[in-house]
Formats: sequence, C-alpha cells, structure tokens
Amino acid sequence: MIRFILNRDLISTTTAPGTTLLDLLRRERNLKGTKEGCREGDCGACTVLVGSRSPDGVQYRSAASCLLPVGDLDGKHLVTIEGLNGDGLSPVQQAIVDEGATQCGFCTPGIVVALTGFLLTSTSLAMEDALAAVEGNICRCTGYTSILRAIERLVASIDTILADPLNRIHTLVEASILPAYFLDMASRLDNIATNESPKTAHETPVPVAGGTDLFVQQADRLQNHALYFLSKDLRLHGIRIEKDTIIIGATTTVEELKGDTRLRERLPAWERALGLVSSTLIRNRATLAGNIINASPIGDLTILLLALNARLTIRGPSGVRCVSLDAFYRGYKQFDLNEGELVTEIRFPCPPLGNRFNFEKVSRREHLDIASVNTAMLVEEVDGYITKARLSAGGVAPSPLFLTRSSAYLSGKPVSIETVMELTQLVDAEIAPIDDVRGTAHYKRSLLRRLVIAHFVECFPRLALEELLP
Amino acid sequence: MSSPDTFAHVRAESLFVDDLPEPAGTLHAAVFGSPVAHGAIRAMDVESAAMAPGVIAIFTARDIPGENQLGVIIEDEPLLAEDEVHYVGQPIAVVVAESSAQAREAVKRIAIDIDKRPPEFDPRRAAARGDLIAPARTLSLGNVDEAWARCATIVAGRVDSGGQEHLYLETQAALAIPEARGRMRLYTGTQSPSVVQRVAARILACPMHNIEVEVQRLGGAFGGKEEQATPWAAMAALAAQNLQRPVKLVLLRHEDMRMTGKRHPYSTDYRLGLDGNGRFLAFEATYYQNSGAAADLSPAILERSLFHATNSYFIPNVQITGMCCRTNLPPFTAFRGFGAPQAMFVMESAIAAAAEILNIPALQLQQANLLRPGNELPFGMRIEGDASRRSFETALARFDVKARREEIARHNETSPYLKRGLAIMPICFGISFTNTTLNQAGALVHIYFDGSVSVSTGAVEMGQGVLTKLRRIVAFALGIAETRVRLESTNTTRVANISPTSASTGTDLNGAAAVIACRLIMERLKTVAAALHDTTPERIAIREERVWIGDTCGPLDWHTLVQTAYSQRVDLSAHAFYATPDIHYDKKNEKGHPFAYHVCGTAVVEARLDALRGTAAIESVQIIHDAGRSLDLLVDRGQVEGAVVQGIGWLTIEELVHSPEGRLLSDSLSSYKIPDFHFAPPRIEVDFLEDPSAPGAVMQSKAIGEPPFMYGIGAFFAIRAAMRSVRDIPCDLIRAPLTNEQILRQLEGLPPAE
Repeated sequence: MIRFILNRDLISTTTAPGTTLLDLLRRERNLKGTKEGCREGDCGACTVLVGSRSPDGVQYRSAASCLLPVGDLDGKHLVTIEGLNGDGLSPVQQAIVDEGATQCGFCTPGIVVALTGFLLTSTSLAMEDALAAVEGNICRCTGYTSILRAIERLVASIDTILADPLNRIHTLVEASILPAYFLDMASRLDNIATNESPKTAHETPVPVAGGTDLFVQQADRLQNHALYFLSKDLRLHGIRIEKDTIIIGATTTVEELKGDTRLRERLPAWERALGLVSSTLIRNRATLAGNIINASPIGDLTILLLALNARLTIRGPSGVRCVSLDAFYRGYKQFDLNEGELVTEIRFPCPPLGNRFNFEKVSRREHLDIASVNTAMLVEEVDGYITKARLSAGGVAPSPLFLTRSSAYLSGKPVSIETVMELTQLVDAEIAPIDDVRGTAHYKRSLLRRLVIAHFVECFPRLALEELLP
Repeated sequence: MSSPDTFAHVRAESLFVDDLPEPAGTLHAAVFGSPVAHGAIRAMDVESAAMAPGVIAIFTARDIPGENQLGVIIEDEPLLAEDEVHYVGQPIAVVVAESSAQAREAVKRIAIDIDKRPPEFDPRRAAARGDLIAPARTLSLGNVDEAWARCATIVAGRVDSGGQEHLYLETQAALAIPEARGRMRLYTGTQSPSVVQRVAARILACPMHNIEVEVQRLGGAFGGKEEQATPWAAMAALAAQNLQRPVKLVLLRHEDMRMTGKRHPYSTDYRLGLDGNGRFLAFEATYYQNSGAAADLSPAILERSLFHATNSYFIPNVQITGMCCRTNLPPFTAFRGFGAPQAMFVMESAIAAAAEILNIPALQLQQANLLRPGNELPFGMRIEGDASRRSFETALARFDVKARREEIARHNETSPYLKRGLAIMPICFGISFTNTTLNQAGALVHIYFDGSVSVSTGAVEMGQGVLTKLRRIVAFALGIAETRVRLESTNTTRVANISPTSASTGTDLNGAAAVIACRLIMERLKTVAAALHDTTPERIAIREERVWIGDTCGPLDWHTLVQTAYSQRVDLSAHAFYATPDIHYDKKNEKGHPFAYHVCGTAVVEARLDALRGTAAIESVQIIHDAGRSLDLLVDRGQVEGAVVQGIGWLTIEELVHSPEGRLLSDSLSSYKIPDFHFAPPRIEVDFLEDPSAPGAVMQSKAIGEPPFMYGIGAFFAIRAAMRSVRDIPCDLIRAPLTNEQILRQLEGLPPAE
C-alpha cells in the first residue's frame, strides 16, 4: 500500500510500486493534464512537483513523472497541474496567456508546473535561474521567445516573494500562485503513516535511486518487479567534509551537488559543469551513484569524478570495500560490483586551494544532451610547473576513461605550448573512439584534442594556444 | 484578446486525442512494422502474438474489406504491407488488445520471414536507375543556354540539405468508435479531416457519409499530420469496424519517429551566372528529392520547390528540373515550407558561393537582384508590390547592418577563438495550394436565439491561432463582441470536402468562407431592421452590437434584433463557400498564376562561433516581415518566432541518422535534438513591414504559418561567415545540417561529411 497526497487528497493505492507516476495519473486517476511526450525525461510535458517533508516545512522539486516510480512517493505531496488550478488563472497561467506563450498547448501544463516549482523553491528570481527551472521543457511551437517574455512579466509582478523565505508558501497562496490547501501540507504529511513496501520472498528487489536511467531503459520490466527504494535510507544521502576529504552519499542528487556551496567554493568550475548535466527536471531526481552505475562511457559526473580522484565505498553481503573509480570500470557497461553490493559513498580529496579544475563537454545541443566528448582536468601548478594533474575523457573508449599516461606525463612539466602539444599526442594514443550516433571516431579524436587545449586555455589564459589549431 | 483555447491550455483542460474519455470496452492497438528496408514477405507467424495475454485480434492486409490504399496524389501506398516491404517500420499488422502494453508485448512476438532485397537510400542513385515516383518536371524562363556566354562569372556546385523530424509534441493518435447503422466516428489529430474520411471509407468499403471525422485540436503538426495522420486513424477504424468495439491507437514517441515521414532531404546541382555588375543572368539546377518509399505529397512538395527556386530574386534566364526519387525510407512528407526551404537554401548557397568567389559581401548580390514589381518568375507569374526590396532595405537600415558588419570584422581580427558572423535572409513565399483545386473552403454559421454565434469551418487548430483569427473575422463581420462567437471543432458532418489546413491558407480560405456566410445572414438581419426603422436595408449597419441607421445609433441591440428575426421566421443560419479567384496553373506548359499573393520579408541573423571547440550559437534574429494588416499581432509574432527557431534547428542541430540498413538511429528525443530554451536565440526581434498592402488576403491579413521558417536559413550562412573568418571554406559542396561535427571538420580543412 502506497500512501501519498495527490494534490488535495490523501490517496492509498495498491498499484505496483514500479508503475510510473505518469501511468498512474493518466490511467488510474484520470488526471489527463500531465501529458506523455517521450517517456524518457527529455521533453518535460509530464512535469509534476514532489513535496517532501523537511525540517522547516515542505520542500518541492520538479520531476518527470514518466520516470518516477509510484513507490517512491510514499508519504509525499504530489502536485499536478490540476492541483495548481484555482478559480481563475494563477499569475503564472495569466502571464502565459498574456504573452501568447502557448500555441498548441501540449507542453503548456508542464511549463506551468515547472514555473510554479521555480517560484516555490528558487532563492533568486534572476532570468538565468528561471531558465534553468524550465530548461527540461521542450516546446516545438513558440521558439521559446514568448515564454521568456511571459517569465519576465511574471517575475516582475511578484518580486516580493523572496522577502520572507520561511513564509514562501503563505506568500504564494496570497498571490494566488498556489491554492490555499498548500498551507497545511506539512502537518498533513506528518500524519501519513508510511510503511516499508512488502518484500516478495522469491525475488531480489532491484535497488532504485532516482530512476532517471532505470525507467528509461527498463520501465516495462520494473513495473511488476520488487523494488527497493534507496531514498528511504537517509544514511545514503548528503554531502559532508571530513578533514580533507569530501564524502558524498550515493543518493545525493545532481541538483544538490550543483547547489552545494562548499563544493562551489573549492571548485570554481563546479556549478557551470553540473549545469551542463541533463536538466534541472532530471537533476532533481538523478543521483551521483546512479550516474556511476549507469557506466555510460560518456557519463558527465563520472568524468568529473575521475579527474577528482574519487573512490567508491561499496557495501555488500561480505562487508564494506573501497575501489578507486579509475579501477572500477572494466569494459563497456562492465564494472566491479557484485550481486547484492551497493555503492554507498563516493569520496574524493578536497582539491587544494589554488587548484585549477576545468570541465569541457561538447554535444549536439549544449544543454540536456549526451556529450559527443567530455573531459575534465585537475592540475596543481607551482611557479610555472605542473606538480600534479589528472585528466579524464568520455566518449572515447568503451568506458569512462582516466587518461593514466597523459596525466602522469604532465607532472613536472612546464606550463607551455610544447607541453600541451605533446600532451595532445599522448591523449590521442590513449583513446579508442568508435562511430556512433554522437559522432564519428574521427570527430571524437579531433574534438578531444581541442577540448584538452581548451582546458589549458581556461586554466592558463596567458598561453597563446591558438597556434596549435590547424 | 487571447485565443479561445489558451485559457484551457494553461489549465490543461484542452483535451487531446489520448485525453478523451474512453467509452467502456475500448481496446488498444499497436502496430507491427517491417524490420527490414526492402524485401518480399515470405511468411509471417502471428500465432504466438495471438495467444499473448489480453490480445483480442490481429489484423493484416487480408482483413481489409475495401481497398488497401492510402495514396491520395498517387495510389501507390498500402495501409498494411501485403507482399513486399519498402522501408523499416512499414506497417504490416495491427494488434488489438485490452491494454496498450499488452498490444505492444504481443507485437514483439510476431515473427516474419522476409526475402531481403538491396535497399536504396540515395536519391541520386535512384534517379540514375530511373526510379522516380512521377515524371521529372522542368520549369524555364528566358534561355539559359544563350545566357551563359554573356556571364562574367559562373559558379557551380552541389548543395545537400537533410531531413527534419516534425516532433509535434502530441504523437499520432486516433480513437475509432463504431456506432449504429454503420457509422464510424473517428477522433483523430489530423490536418486533413476529409482525407481521413475518404481513406477510411476506401479501406472499409463504405460510403464517406458513414465516416464522421471529428478533430478538436492538434498538439502540434507542422505538416506532419497532413497526410500521415491518416494511416493510424484508418487502422483504428479497421479494427473497430471488425470488432464492433471502440479502438484507440496512440503511437509512442519512438514508434512515431521511426514509422512516420519527415521533411525531404534534397541533393541539388546548380549553376549560377552573373554579369560584371553582379546581376544574376542565368540559373540552372537539378533537384534530387529523396521522396522515400511512396508518393505521399512528394510531387506537390517538389512543385513548390521549383516555384521557389529563385527565392526573392529576379533571374531572367532559368532552367530548373526536379525529380521525386524513390528510396527505402518512410515516405517523406509535408513540413512547414513544403519544399520551398530546400530550394531557397540552394539559391542562398549559390549566392554565398558567388560572393565568396568574387570576394564581396553576399548582401551586395542579394540586394542587387531583389524582385521588383512586374518581374516574371520562372512559372509565369509576375510580382506585384515591392515588399521584397522594402523589407530588405528597411532591415539593413533598422538593424544597423553596415556598422555591425564592420564591428564584427574588427572583432574577428583580434579574437582568437570566439568569432562572429552575420547573414541576411530575404524570403518570398507564394500563398495558395499549388494544386488549384484545394483552394476552396466551406463555413457554417449559426446564430442562436440569444444572439450567441457558432461557427464551423474546415480549419484545424494546431496552435497556429486560426481559431483566434476566425473568431475576430466573424465578430467583425457581424459587428458584435468576440465573446459572442464560438469556434467549433472541425467535423466532416458539419463542413464537407475540407481542404487540409496547410499551405498557410487556413485563415484565408476558411475566413473568407465565414465572411460570406456572415454576409448572407447580415443581409437578412438588415432587412428585418430596415422594416422596423422604416428605411432601406442599405442604410442599416450593425456595429458594436447596435443597429445603426446611417450615422445614427438606433435603439435596437443585437440580441433584440436576433430575437425579432427569429420570431419573423428568418433563417439565422448560413453555409457559404469560397474559392480563391484568379488562380490557375497549366502543368503542360509549366506556366500560370498559382498564388493569390506572395509574403515577403528579410531577416538579419548573427551567429557566434567557438572556433576552438567547434560549436556555434545564434545570438540574434531581427526581422522585417510583411504580415499585411495583422488580425492579431500576438498570434503573428508567435508564428514568426516559432518558425524561425524551427528553421534554425533544421539547418544546425537536427539530424536524422540511419544505420546502414536503413533503421532510424535518431529515434528519440535523446538522440534527435530540437531547439530547447538555451538553444533558442536570446534575441528574436520581429517588426512588421509598414504600409502593407495585401489584396487577396482575408481582411488584408496575410498568411503567416510557413514563410518565416525560411528566415532560419540565415543561421547557416551566419555561422558559415564566422567560420570563414578562421579559414577559407570551399563552396563547391555545401551541406546542411551544420552540426558541431560538420563545423569542426570544415574548420580543420576537411569537406563536410556525407
């Protein structure tokens, strides 16, 4: 039995926990405002808000309902477009009408929900933050221009909501952005008795974290499978720093990583790099360990973590062990994890002050796209000499690649054009890209060479590296 | 005033086909498509599928009671393949089950044995083998053979453009409900209700009056639901008829992407000759249209390519040939612009090549050759009005092109990696179906006792705002408030023999028919009012919901007038019909006057290139567009902005990738990328041309759906301009889309890849 509050009403459902929320809404609850556009989290037409009890109220996050297993909603407040409709139009809806920012209307409910989520959570009303909130929503009609005008109009009309962050929901209810039933949601959530989903004896449950990859690949198989929702285990979640080590719980979401001020302080390129990972809609659910276990040869976080010298803590029936991430992968989608084992933590040494860290990614489309090639570099430099360096690259081998020889080469080398030139040759010898839908092998070689140069352009702007280009 | 639908859209109360309440007992269908691109079916085993849980029935070509034929222009496409298959994904069988998941599970269990034949994917090779869908067509003006000798410069080359997935957000969907006395009610998302009606009747072997097609709204279409919404509705109807139960068929995204046709890829050879002053003297081109496996709308699309081959320019000697080449891909189909974008891209490529060879700015050649009033186009029509030149010159001045070009040149001198580029893109697009027959429309207007008005036309609302415009037209024609006017769904029982809502003609044709219907009723109402005021009907007018006698506002209001007319037994309904006047085309001589008018405009596009990483972005698009006297600026602005971004997508990031066996690899939103919030140019500025004149357009408001798409072509040349600041880029082979990979190749001195 799964119990959660769906808009205004507490519901109990015996539907299989692996059922996607989108199917539950449309087929069982007759809530047709949440649209099915792609079933892979790439269009945003099915955007909903998930509210979780937090120490100071309820914290809402947008999510793609096509990738959200119903079982993970236990004890939550789930908001669909129907739950945002009041008597008239909310200011979000009105702004869209006023600017003609809806044409065919199919993507519009998702955009209304995403923008309402933005007003619920954002600590800034800057245009770039609003843009991030809707970046996972695809519209084929408007060219986005009218939607941006609507956002500008909306933000200008409600700039007071930031004044009192603790009373945000109250302010939003007063402004008719939220219906009044949001006011007592925190106490209603406290009164929902949630219980562990019953485990079926004959099946090993599949652990599910964010589900943003599992439910793209295997939604049909998982629907009636026994699942174990890792979100219930709070020990797997959160970021802490112990001495000189950053320790990240497996189910920490990518959006949480992106927003973490400690990480941003230590790694100036961090926020921009994580902004290139998927979309806010997906980052709200996608977890760090999920990206690692996905084992995509092009996983953005994996490439970042390889340069940061990350180690994985793995818990299994025979105890706990640690594996260095650069030794974890063994081939295409092959990795060092046994039956019953779980990655619980990811840790990496705090990059020393004055470090230079850079992430490069080129994909067909800059945002919400899988890279053709991505690469990260962490270097320490003293008096014009590189003392230590770690370089990683994705999309150029069957698994995410730590460029061992290239990294080793750099240590002790002067920061110079010649060093970069030799480095690019070494890098080229370490990789084995193939032709696929993200580009030809030839392209990926040329691209990585240029992205390695780009690392140095970003980290050492004084180098005149343009002469290395053909 | 916002669209009748927008209020419902933002509250998600607008229902699309998959949202409609399903009658009890509704079954769900899924389609089994061919796994190979070309071959003969030896045997198919559906036994295991038929035994799968929930499966009710499986239909193949043998179960079709009527004619197994989808083709409208040419009858060359079966609904369900019988003996042969011609592309991967070609529908072969329809599985019907209690749930859509069960139907899809069962589809996986169908086994088929196909004797594979070599597939063809290349239009040039197909043409060389003579495998054309229709005879080649040639248009000519003047005498090119004689003109070449007079040319000071001749440039020649090859231009390729890629296909484009429509990616309407609502996938193809249909719900068929069998009713008493042989009636089949079809809820579907089509731009062509009467084509669905006609084809479904043909498949079911029943008269058209048995089929009722109801269309409420489309979640995007862009041409992709002109012909290609039909098969799914016909399959649902076939199953529903056979089982006498409601059947719903909704394609999943990847099914839709694999099984339906897209914008045609073209490959073209051209030659352009100029005199010593940069005047175009001669243009020759051969267009190889990759048509896919069946005709669909390809011949009509090719025709429009030929009509727009010279875009906004006057060229006195032209000879252009086009061929619809048969290949083993899903039949390519209508997509915003309908063949014109591909042809205009060739023209602009030729101009770019000439400018690059002569080392002068392309805009100098563009400006010197713009159409002027009275210029003859290769198909015989003469240009009226001076909107091409006016929009071009207004754009150059208002958007400060001269100074910006200089500033960009300075920037590119000093910036090592970040380059900028600018391009001008004029457009000139003919309005009317090139198939003259289709330029007709009907409208049915009812006025109820209480003065409220109901309007049915053949126009389908798909986000383009046609209902907003029709409501405004009707309110104006009746002299009443827009809130009194309701636009109904599109239904074949209320308006018959509907032309597709396409070719940008939705408002022109249906609006004109609605105006005539309103006039018929108005004449009757004026007679009633004249008798009450003891005057003649000619002196009566209705404005602002009041009856006016001459210049005097009388005591009668709209509501009272309508009630009086009803009590006097006056007909308060009218059906009217409109056929665009003065258009004709003679296909034998390839001359005529196929268009009611042209829509012109000019865009200034600026691009940013990261020459280190090989990536590009469009910074701004600034447009002077001739909309005539816009019926609704918000709607028209939205159409321009949306079309521009689609156009930019077509030539940059949107790329169809197939396996060597002809299977679409870019079959999802994760592998086929369309513009997103970040990709869209941060600045799109749309100014409408002042002092417009638009005879032939309804209420002088010009058609707007397609023309602005072609402003997006400027993006290609703006990026190319930035690339040319890094190094010379050969112009003998120009290929779109200009993906990041293609940019990097060319920055490294390689030709664009196949």
